[in-house]
Amino acid sequence: MDVILLQLLNGLDKGGAYALIALGLTLIFGTLGVVNFAHGALFMLGAFCAVTFNKLLSLEVVTTDPTKTTAWGSPLEIRTPYVEAYLGDFGSWMLNYSVPMSILLAVPVMLLIGFVMERGLIKHFYKRPHADQILVTFGLAIVLQEIIKAIYGANPIPQSAPELVRGAADIGSIFGFDPGVIVYPYWRMVYLGFAGVVIAAVFAFLRFTTFGMVVRAGMADRDTVGLLGINIERRFTVVFAIAAVVAGLAGVMYTPILPPDYHMGMDFLVLSFVVVVVGGMGSLPGAVAAGFLLGILQSFASMNEVKAILPGIDQIIIYLVAVVILLVRPRGLFGRKGVMEN
Amino acid sequence: MTTKTSPMRDMIFFFVFAVAVLTMPVWLAPIGAGYPDLLQKFAIYGLFATGFNLLFGLTGYLSFGHAAFLGVGSYSAVWAFKLLGMNPLPAAIMAVITSGLFALAIGYISLRRSGIYFSILTLAFAQMSYNLAYSVLTPITNGETGLRVLRSDPRLFDSSSAVDGPLIANLFGIEMTGYAGFYFCAVVLLIAFFIAQRIFRSPFGIMLRAVKTNQNRMNYTGLNPRPYTLAAFVISGMYAGLAGALLCITDPLAGAERMQWTASGEVVLMTILGGAGTLLGPIFGAALIKYFENIFSAFNEQTLHEIFGFLPDFLEGPVVSVTGLFVGEGWHLTLGVLFMLIVIFLPGGLMEGFSRIGRLFKRSSGKSGPGSATAPAE
Repeated sequence: MDVILLQLLNGLDKGGAYALIALGLTLIFGTLGVVNFAHGALFMLGAFCAVTFNKLLSLEVVTTDPTKTTAWGSPLEIRTPYVEAYLGDFGSWMLNYSVPMSILLAVPVMLLIGFVMERGLIKHFYKRPHADQILVTFGLAIVLQEIIKAIYGANPIPQSAPELVRGAADIGSIFGFDPGVIVYPYWRMVYLGFAGVVIAAVFAFLRFTTFGMVVRAGMADRDTVGLLGINIERRFTVVFAIAAVVAGLAGVMYTPILPPDYHMGMDFLVLSFVVVVVGGMGSLPGAVAAGFLLGILQSFASMNEVKAILPGIDQIIIYLVAVVILLVRPRGLFGRKGVMEN
Repeated sequence: MTTKTSPMRDMIFFFVFAVAVLTMPVWLAPIGAGYPDLLQKFAIYGLFATGFNLLFGLTGYLSFGHAAFLGVGSYSAVWAFKLLGMNPLPAAIMAVITSGLFALAIGYISLRRSGIYFSILTLAFAQMSYNLAYSVLTPITNGETGLRVLRSDPRLFDSSSAVDGPLIANLFGIEMTGYAGFYFCAVVLLIAFFIAQRIFRSPFGIMLRAVKTNQNRMNYTGLNPRPYTLAAFVISGMYAGLAGALLCITDPLAGAERMQWTASGEVVLMTILGGAGTLLGPIFGAALIKYFENIFSAFNEQTLHEIFGFLPDFLEGPVVSVTGLFVGEGWHLTLGVLFMLIVIFLPGGLMEGFSRIGRLFKRSSGKSGPGSATAPAE
C-alpha cells in the first residue's frame, strides 16, 4: 500500500509536466489546426528563462577589503551579487527565490516569443498540409535548441529551489505509515500545486471569459465563427502565445527537478505528443488526464516488483500504452469525432 | 504534373546516374569530398533515403520511426558476421530479411491509422526498440557498448582463416575498406536505385500515388489501399535494413543510437531537402547533408579567419563570430535554418528548385513565340 502511494506521488510531478506541455499542444492544435513540433523547445526556453534570471541576479560586484589579506598577501576580494549589494536582505531573498521569481521574466518573454512565432511563421502554415507543419516546426525546434546551446553551452545548469522547500517531507507519517517510508521532496509538491493552478487557470479562462468562449467556438467549428464576423485569426495569435506561456512556465518550475540543458525540450516533446494522442487530439481534458495517467503508469512500471515480472517494461510502457490505445480507441481517450481524420 | 517518361529515357537516366555515382571519387575530389569514408556515407544514406522516399514520397505516409529498421539491419548484419563469417553478402541478405519481417509486423499495426496517428505509432515503435536495445535486449545488442565481431565467435565459414589485426568484412578476399568498400556500397545503391525506378514506373507505383492523392476515391473504386501501403512499408523497411547492413559492412560495429528518433528525423530531413517523391532528390539530399556535416563541422575559428581575411579588420571580427555560430559544433544550426528555408519556400525540395531554374531558362529562350512556353495550369 505504502509503495503504491509512493509511486503514485512520484508519477504526479512528471505527469504534471506532461499535462502542461500537452495542454498547450492541444490548445494550438485544437484552435489553429497546427501540429507544433517546436512546443518542446518552448518548454526548454522557459527553463532557460529561469537560468537567465538567476544569472542576471547573481552578477557579482567585486570589492576589496583592505583590512584583510588572502594567504598570498593581496587584499581580500569579496564577491557579492549586485542585488545583495544594493538591496540588502531583500536582494538575498530574491536570489533565494530566483526560480519562482523568474516567472515574472518568463511570462512576458514567452508571450513575446509566442507572438513572434505565430505571426512570423505559423500563420503561413495554416493552409499547408500537416506534414509541412511538422517539418517546419521541427526545423524551428532544431534552430532554437542550437541557439540555446551556443549561448549556454551543452552542459546541464542546475538550479536550486528556495531554501524553504529544499528538503523532503515525510508524508507517510501523516497517513499513519511508518516514518521514512514515503518521503517526498517539497518542491515536487510545489510543482504539482503549480501545475494544478495553471491548468485550472487555463480552463477557467476558456470557460468564463468571452474570449475563451470564442476560442472554444473556434475549436468546435472554425468556419462558422469566421462567418459570424469574428476575427478568429487575431485570437489565434493570443491562443498561441498563451500556449507558449503555459509551456514556458512548466519549464521554469521544472528546473529544480531536472537541470535544464538544450535538448530537454526534444526529450519531453516526443512523450508529450504521445500524451496528446492518447488523450485524444483536440481534447483539453484528455490531454491533462492522459498526462497524469502516463506519468503515474511510468512510475509504477519502474517499480522493482514490476520489472521482475516484465523486464524492461519501464522503458517502453508509455509507448506501449499509446499503441494499445490508438488501436483500441482510435480517437484516444477523450477524442472527438472528425478531428484529424482526413 | 508527370514528366514525359519512356523506357528509353529511363535507361539513359539510369545509365547517366550509374556513371555519375561510380565516378564520384573523380568529380567530387575538387570540393574535398573525394575520399572513401565520406563517399560510402553518401551511398549508404542515399540508399536509406531512397527507401524512405518509396513510402513517404509515393504514399504520403510520414514515418517517424524509420531508424528502427536501420538499427535492426545493422544488428542482424553483425550477427551474420558473428555466426557465418565476414562475407558481406549473407550479412546483407540476412539484414534485408529480418528488417523486412520487422517492418511487416510494425507496418501491419501502424498502417491501421493514417496521418499524424501513423507518425506517432511508428515513432512509438522505434522508441520502444531503441529503449529495449539499450536495456533488456543487451544479450542480443550488447547495450551501450555496441555489438561487434569478436575473435572467439564461431564464424562457421571462415573461422579457419586466422587473421591478424582487426576483423574486416571481405568479399571473397577483397577487404571492404577504402575504395573497395565504397564501390560495394555504390553497386548496392545502383541496384536499389534501379528497383526504385522500376517501382516508380510500375502499376504498383501508380497505385501508391493513388493512395497519396485520394484514398477515399480509391476505396470507392473498390480497391483496398492497405496491401499496397503495407507492401511499400515493408520494401522501404528492407531498404533501411540494407543501409544498416552496409554501415556494418564498412565498419563492423552496431550501436543502439542508430535507432534513436533523431536518426529517423535525419532521414526525413534528407528526403525533404532533396525533394520527396522524386527519384534523385533523396539521394541528393542525403549526400548534401552528409557533405555539409563533414565540411562544416570541421571548420573552426582559424579557418574562418583565413576565409574572411580579405575583409577590413572592423568587419572581420563580427563576421567571423557570427559565422562561427553556424560551423563546427553548431553546424546543426545551419541544418535547421536550411531545412526551415526549404520547407517554407521550396516545399518540393531542391529538385523543385532545379526544375524552376530550368523552366526559367526555357522561358527566357523561348520568348519569341508568345504563349508557347507558358506552363500548364496546375
